[in-house]
Amino acid sequence: MSDGQLPAFNEDGIRQVLEEMKALYEQNQSDVNEAKTEGKSELIPSIKFRHCCLLRNQRCITAYLYDRLLRIRALRWEYGSVLPTTIRFHMCAEEVEWFNQYKKSLASYMRSLGGEEGLDITQDMKPPKSLYIEVRCLKDHGEFEIDDGTVILLKKNSQHFLPRWKCEQLIRQGVLEHVIS
Amino acid sequence: MTSSRRSSLTMAPSFKLQRGQLRDFSRGIRSRVSTGAMPRSQMDTRSYMPVPPGVGTEENVFSLDDILLSQERLPCRTESVFPGLGFVDKSSDSRHIPEGTKMEIPLWLAKGLYERKRRVISVELPRVYREGWRTVFGADANVVDLHTMGPYYYGLGSQMLHFDSPENSEIAQCVLQTFIGRFRRTMDSSQNAYNEDTSVLVEKLDCLERALFRAGQSGLNAFQLWEKGLASHLTASSLVTNYRKRKLADLQA
Repeated sequence: MSDGQLPAFNEDGIRQVLEEMKALYEQNQSDVNEAKTEGKSELIPSIKFRHCCLLRNQRCITAYLYDRLLRIRALRWEYGSVLPTTIRFHMCAEEVEWFNQYKKSLASYMRSLGGEEGLDITQDMKPPKSLYIEVRCLKDHGEFEIDDGTVILLKKNSQHFLPRWKCEQLIRQGVLEHVIS
Repeated sequence: MTSSRRSSLTMAPSFKLQRGQLRDFSRGIRSRVSTGAMPRSQMDTRSYMPVPPGVGTEENVFSLDDILLSQERLPCRTESVFPGLGFVDKSSDSRHIPEGTKMEIPLWLAKGLYERKRRVISVELPRVYREGWRTVFGADANVVDLHTMGPYYYGLGSQMLHFDSPENSEIAQCVLQTFIGRFRRTMDSSQNAYNEDTSVLVEKLDCLERALFRAGQSGLNAFQLWEKGLASHLTASSLVTNYRKRKLADLQA
């Protein structure tokens, strides 16, 4: 999964790890009490062993959750602020909440830039060469209104000459295709 | 190890591979590779930036690469009894792990249990870091299949230094010189293999070298795109196209 895809949330796996951690912790608690009250210092290596396992499980879980957040964050930049349902099903409730908060933070940051209107920094990820571009529609997307009020019908395989900034997100989402002559 | 090895590396004359400089150089490459912060010609607008592996003897806690690296097993010997943990050693039936048991334990556990005064466990060097193999690396580092011998030869080599072996300085030297000896070939092949099957080129590389190779390929591809005038060509996010492909596969299944 090194390409940044978000697989389904492994609810079962996490639950199993947490159960194992609980069992290790309880065994260590009882060993620690025994060692303290009865002075059995020979239990210490085993206590250390279980503690290492606990730390390892903790590290794996936090790294897993953190990596997923990095992938979800990338989705906002590469796809947009509305995620398709297929991807949303792969996220757990807390991750959806995190994505919403991240969206809000990003939006308020963008509003604070560039004077009154703000600046959409998720646009122009590649240096633009022209104001208008030729695009072909890859699937039916319905009606699309551009700045001067004209409405365009995005039917599959139709080609249009449109302002770059209006198309960028639709191209990233795979609805339109940038045609280079 | 004679100085003739250095001169066989025909890089720009100003680029002298002094020990400290190589460490900084490889650190620079590693951080750029892993964070994806490539030079301006990088056309792949990747927003997913995973935590890179640590440099030298320090692991990065959240790095998935380092977590995989620390799964590697090391030959060890217990120096004390582990009561109640007999079930860990599958070959024995006893309730405890007795002192003097030889076991293979993963790096993360070895690092956690190891103490300088050796009261808990002692760690042996894996074969590839011992004298015998070090001589092989010294003779010609390029012929060795580091993927089979590793695949984390450099990473694990750096981690082995935690265990206070008397051979630590030789191990460190060997790992460093091996890297120097092999780097040129990795860099050359990654910069010259355009649009072809690279499996033969990477099959003998360890994980660090493969990451470097990928970085080189990425830069090469970006440059070629730019030469063709496709630098500003807007493309669909790869995250999207793959989901669609997967959906089709699900429908067909």
